[in-house]
Amino acid sequence: MKTLDVSVVTPSGPVLEGSFEFVVCKAETGELGILPGHTPLVAPLQISAVRLKNGNETKKLTISGGFVEVQPDKVTILAQSAEKATEIDVKRAKEAKERAERLLQAKQDNIDKTRAELALKRAMNRLNVGNE
Amino acid sequence: MASLRDIKGRIDSTKKTKQITAAMEMVSASKMNKAEQNAKGFVPYADKIQEVVASIANSNPDIEHPMLMKREVKKTAYIVVTSDRGLVGGYNSNILKNLLNKISERHQSADEYTIIAVGRKGYDFCNKRNLPVSKSIIGVADHPKFADIKDLASETVQMYSDGEIDELNIIYNHYVSAISQEVTAKKLLPIENLDEHGAADSDYEYDPNQQEILEVLLPQYAESLIFGALLDGKASEHAASMTAMRSATDNASDLIGDLTLTYNRARQAAITQEITEIVGGVAALE
Repeated sequence: MKTLDVSVVTPSGPVLEGSFEFVVCKAETGELGILPGHTPLVAPLQISAVRLKNGNETKKLTISGGFVEVQPDKVTILAQSAEKATEIDVKRAKEAKERAERLLQAKQDNIDKTRAELALKRAMNRLNVGNE
Repeated sequence: MASLRDIKGRIDSTKKTKQITAAMEMVSASKMNKAEQNAKGFVPYADKIQEVVASIANSNPDIEHPMLMKREVKKTAYIVVTSDRGLVGGYNSNILKNLLNKISERHQSADEYTIIAVGRKGYDFCNKRNLPVSKSIIGVADHPKFADIKDLASETVQMYSDGEIDELNIIYNHYVSAISQEVTAKKLLPIENLDEHGAADSDYEYDPNQQEILEVLLPQYAESLIFGALLDGKASEHAASMTAMRSATDNASDLIGDLTLTYNRARQAAITQEITEIVGGVAALE
């Protein structure tokens, strides 16, 4: 079976490189499944999980602040941060989630609501992937 | 002439200083290696994001985005990347000199520019001279993560989007090699010269559309440029610190050599004098 060369890069360096048969990610406009031979495409990604499949094996990554660039035999995911499911610090994510929730509940005017919401999203995303 | 004891004391203290500078040199050398690797790790991300931005911008020349458009410059911002502590030779002074030159060349009054200081040295320098500092970040880790600088970077890019500033420059030391760093001043915003990078033969589909992708992509691109300059600056900082400490160690060795010579001369003079005195004393008795 044909495969895609997938690379996930962040400002701190490459997170993952390898060949996969099928890539699923969540673009701003909805879920996106990519098979080899896909039309060249650029799309921003939501704070979400990316699934990489090889036969029955599935790898998961969390992505925040990224976008995907697709070429027929190559997929590049550029993200501000990305972690493999096995590398997620669940404890830290839990703390971040609680902190963000407290901030949102405080309902003060001086806090940056959008930022707290984003932080909450990131933490939830990490927890979802990390706990599986 | 200094007494034997004085000279001995100076030799001992110089030796201790030398030990410290030699240790610091080694610490800086290992930090430099790590920092160089960080800077290298960042390259694939920077290249790719540049390629995509360039291919969108070039494939569609009539695309409009404030970050791509030149506007009348009323206020210029300078990001100045300096170190937090000294002991780095000319690292900071070169950058700050460059900053002062730029300001005196281009601006008449303090309303026309603002400074974003990264590092304590730059911050203190600007405060002492009453230069307007609008943002600062002190205590950046030796090996910064993107998250450390993200807030500053996105706030700065936001300042540009809000029209608070009309041009963004960054001044930092570019890491050429372990013994050579180069003061570099770059214009980050508005983004220019994209045609030089990236292929024009891209036939991407854009989801949802080019305009919206640029909205997401350009701020990220600008932020990544800031982060890249910081990584580069950090590598230079450690390299500069290593060079400075090495020359300090060399100087200490020279000084110890000179002092030892003086010490031995003084010691011999003292012995000679003693002998002369004894001989003189015996002669007087006879």
